[in-house]
Amino acid sequence: MGRDMYRQRILDHYRDPQNYGEMDDADVTYEDVNPSCGDEIRMYAVVDEDDEIVDVNFDGQGCAISQASASLLTEEVKGMTVEEVRDLETEDIKEMLGIELSPVRVKCAVLGLKVLEGGIVEYKKEKQT
Amino acid sequence: MSVEKASPYKVDGVREDFPVLGRTVDGEELVYLDNAATSQKPQSVIDAVSEFYEQHNANVHRGLHTLSQEASEAYETAHDRVAEFIGAEGRENIVFTSNTTEGVNTVAFGWGTRHVEEGDNIVLTQMEHHSSLVPWQQVAKRNDAELRFLEVEQGIVKDGEVEEKIDEDTAAVSVVHMSNVFGTFTPVDDIIERAHEHGARVLVDGAQSAPHAPVDVSEMDADFFVTSGHKMCGPTGTGVLYGKKEALHETSPYQYGGEMIKIVEYEDATWTDLPWKFEAGTPNIAQAVGLSAAIEYLEDLGMENVHEHERSVTRYALELLEDDDEVTLYGPPADHEDRGGVVSFNVSDAHAHDTSELLSDEGIATRSGHHCAQPLMRDMGVPATTRASFYLYNTHEEVDAFVQAIETVKEVFA
Repeated sequence: MGRDMYRQRILDHYRDPQNYGEMDDADVTYEDVNPSCGDEIRMYAVVDEDDEIVDVNFDGQGCAISQASASLLTEEVKGMTVEEVRDLETEDIKEMLGIELSPVRVKCAVLGLKVLEGGIVEYKKEKQT
Repeated sequence: MSVEKASPYKVDGVREDFPVLGRTVDGEELVYLDNAATSQKPQSVIDAVSEFYEQHNANVHRGLHTLSQEASEAYETAHDRVAEFIGAEGRENIVFTSNTTEGVNTVAFGWGTRHVEEGDNIVLTQMEHHSSLVPWQQVAKRNDAELRFLEVEQGIVKDGEVEEKIDEDTAAVSVVHMSNVFGTFTPVDDIIERAHEHGARVLVDGAQSAPHAPVDVSEMDADFFVTSGHKMCGPTGTGVLYGKKEALHETSPYQYGGEMIKIVEYEDATWTDLPWKFEAGTPNIAQAVGLSAAIEYLEDLGMENVHEHERSVTRYALELLEDDDEVTLYGPPADHEDRGGVVSFNVSDAHAHDTSELLSDEGIATRSGHHCAQPLMRDMGVPATTRASFYLYNTHEEVDAFVQAIETVKEVFA
């Protein structure tokens, strides 16, 4: 582990994150932190009437793994339905990153997904009321 | 550059006393620089714990059989040893806790909630560990008191803060003795003098001081002093709460149950003597015996020597890192006269977590994050730092390896 984790693709996404920045008109807005290292992620998503994610952004700060993972996730989930996103698991994130992760760093890696899923739960609740 | 690498004792010999220091991590020699979190244990401590379980294991206090008497004797004597180590009068002043946090909570809830009144203020520093900050926040909320903070700059309490913040409405002062983020010492003598002029009680958080430097609580005149056994070569599950007798008499037990009572009736009960009334339930007996051995180990080395050794290693690390433009250091410079063995830093654009991960790849154990001081980190404008913290067994050569490994971090994040 260690150095192998910091593949070029991870570092590229860390330095130049995709779909980065606040989104004013989002249907889903949610944030959370990883208290052990202080990673912060906010996720924004625009969802259409078929529950499909048509646009998604994130912002925040933290370690390379958390930020790169969130960046990759935004690319991955565009076009998916919110249910499909909720079915994503830790294994999917590991596969997406393509690196070995120690248990501590798994928390960093899945923070983006956790935030997006939290936001979707809120969105669904609101939709029902 | 010529940097002094002196040590008051032979470090190589000391290192042989600590079995874990001989291990490797992924083929690299372990360089353990996470001592502010917990220290490693010498063989004598490991043996003391084993021997207790092999020869004397029993519950303490009321047993009349031989093993119980031996266990009680060892457990109680550990209190005497700690008392002597930190300059307390005797065992009546020494309460064993599981950790420093439990000590702070005992004071905050056993003393604070009873004696801090509405409109009073509680004075802390900006660099308290969460374990000192959060319990006092709760006291302030429950008792409608105000929290005040002595402002710091690079780990040093700013001039005039003590006089400005501690006043006639101050009921309690709780200050960190040595910062776990900067390695700086708080001017506890001035703070305690000022607080006592206004009738306030003072708790000193010595989690980082007592393991690394000579401490004399009587000379300091602290009302309460808390520290941790596992940061001073002792087993985990050992913490110490010191209190002046009158301060402890003003304190209610924080936990109730067996071992802490005198007479129990169906509707009420009275408490036994100091210090046992604060030690409800079966205590960490074997760990206390281990702590006793740890103190014996430290006394053999001499705490002045330990402090001097760590200052030398720390100064060496700071001087090497101060020359590096890509390393940001937090805290006062290398030539600051009194500084403990803590170096907080960041490397170029790397997040502290990534830095720690890459250092670990080279066998170097550091810690990164907010170091249980989230508000302070926010003030510093950084989400996290990496921290290297030294102890009596770290060498100048390990510092070289550490500084060399930082090059890897720079390469990856260049």
